[in-house]
Amino acid sequence: MSIKDKAASGSERLQGRIRIPTPLRYLINSCLIAGLWFALSGMAAGGIINNYWKGILITVGINIILATSLNISVGYLGQLPLGHAGFMAVGAYASAIYMKSTPAAALIKAGDRGAVLPYLITAVLISAAVAGLFGLLIGIPALRLKGDYLAIITLGFGEIIRVTITNIDSVLGFKFTYGAAGLARIPKFTTLGNCFALVVISLTLIHMLMKSRFGRAILAVRDNEIAAESVGVDTTYYKTLAFVFSAMLAGVAGCLYAGYLGSLYPSTFKFMKSIEILVMVVLGGMGSMLGSVVSATVLTVLPEMLRAFSDYRMVAYSLLLVVMMIFRPTGLMGSYDFSMSRLLEKLLNAVFRRGAAADGEAYTEEGGR
Amino acid sequence: MADRQHGKLYPLPSQNMVLERDLGKMPVLECRRLGINFGGLAAVSEFDLGIGPTEITGLIGPNGAGKTTVFNLLTKVYEPTTGSILLNGKDTAKMSTIELNKAGIARTFQNIRLFKNMSVEDNVKVAMDHSIHCGLGTALFRLPRYWKEESDAHERAMDLLGIFGLQGMANAKAGSLPYGAQRRLEIVRALATNPSLLLLDEPAAGMNPAETSELMEVISHIRDEFQIAILLIEHDMNLVMGICDGIAVLNFGRIIAKGTPEDIQNNPAVIEAYLGRKKEAKS
Repeated sequence: MSIKDKAASGSERLQGRIRIPTPLRYLINSCLIAGLWFALSGMAAGGIINNYWKGILITVGINIILATSLNISVGYLGQLPLGHAGFMAVGAYASAIYMKSTPAAALIKAGDRGAVLPYLITAVLISAAVAGLFGLLIGIPALRLKGDYLAIITLGFGEIIRVTITNIDSVLGFKFTYGAAGLARIPKFTTLGNCFALVVISLTLIHMLMKSRFGRAILAVRDNEIAAESVGVDTTYYKTLAFVFSAMLAGVAGCLYAGYLGSLYPSTFKFMKSIEILVMVVLGGMGSMLGSVVSATVLTVLPEMLRAFSDYRMVAYSLLLVVMMIFRPTGLMGSYDFSMSRLLEKLLNAVFRRGAAADGEAYTEEGGR
Repeated sequence: MADRQHGKLYPLPSQNMVLERDLGKMPVLECRRLGINFGGLAAVSEFDLGIGPTEITGLIGPNGAGKTTVFNLLTKVYEPTTGSILLNGKDTAKMSTIELNKAGIARTFQNIRLFKNMSVEDNVKVAMDHSIHCGLGTALFRLPRYWKEESDAHERAMDLLGIFGLQGMANAKAGSLPYGAQRRLEIVRALATNPSLLLLDEPAAGMNPAETSELMEVISHIRDEFQIAILLIEHDMNLVMGICDGIAVLNFGRIIAKGTPEDIQNNPAVIEAYLGRKKEAKS
């Protein structure tokens, strides 16, 4: 078969498939998100979700942001940072200190949630910026090296942050972090609504990043760094970019966490917290956003359901991990990512069966998201 | 292929040879006394080679002669111990692998290095990274410029995949392709970076004779269509003798012969390197 014949048969195979145009894909996804929100807020208003469950849902949201953001570094970039809790702490303290300086607490007490919104947005941006800055400071030296240096450096960073916060309670006479005693009376600005919104925004941003030229380059660095360099991909730049992006979202999660609990203690952000987040990513499947979301949800809700056995939580955790690694070493979802529009496309193609040649199908189904 | 007319070769001022049609043009690559030592071992030494802007050059030699090391020197995977490399007349001494790629060198690898978990199309698009300019904000918020650049990239990727008839597999995972297709995809990916010099490390390895002859056709086609120079390492002598304008033979890190395929076939030093010396000559 000559080159031209091959080219022609290739494009014919592609034309047989029904494709949902991109604007429609976005519309479908927006509708699904809106639907989910109406269901949630409806249930909250109708009293099906009580305050206890609202709290759990907010924690689920925070953990989803933490897990998916760590997944950028671990799953997509292929590095192993062990200090995610450090970035969360930085973001949490930054936003808490800012919020305490605003009249947000009085506004919340007065029930004027709308007026808190500008402060909330500023707080989120501040925590993202501060966490991102720390990510940059650590990422630039660590990511220029090849190998596992990042794991060790971030491990150290997480501990440094925690120890620093524990031991420094004031800077130049201004009380900032209150050290080991904890930072209390933070305005409780986190609600189910803004938590949901930030989860959606975070997931969307991650999706948009990974489906652009930046995401392609990040995945290329993971798959083969030497080859990526040989085709002109600036590996250090993209590694730092992904790492900083991941740190920023961890900061946002920290911000939500501060606003949810109303008080912060440095002991929350111990090494175990970083490991907990890492477990969520590994359990869900490295490189799968859906996996991170599912396992963050399961690993938050399950301990709540099993309150009676809370003493055995860490035992169950490690057992679960061992079992997972034996039976599903790639995690719950592997690197599979769910796409509603792709599912619809599959259905449409199955129903109408237009020209999907048998040999063509095997090649086209396996592709990316 | 066999009755192909080979052009006469002329010496360059640097004592390198260049094709008649490339005379008077700036050579795309000029290596001057290039060398690298690993410990005490001179893996490559006094390597001189000039490649004209549209020349297909073969780099051959017995196993372990240092052919791939030359590629790694040209792409700065290794830093040369001695000598200099000029790319389009510019000294590359201070350039990194990434900068060299931007300056016009693209390569394939002897042991295939694809982005295995990415789709075939994305493999090619990654290589277009520095011809897509949209910033982070444009990409994150999906501004119109993003869509335009993405659809341009898609079209270009499909055109390039069309050279080898790979469009039908555009959505498949690169790692799931058959071996031959993976080799071809690596060439496509290298081409996507818009090189002026393409380095192919054993492009025909593991291919059957039919595939090899198709590959020969495609390599010539790439040269004619993109007007680029190609330097290839290959053990398949039919391919090398069939499509190369000039051939350099490497043995123990040194060039032992340079010239047209006819010159090389009759060169006693080459015959000796490949087949050994006759018994009578030894005594």
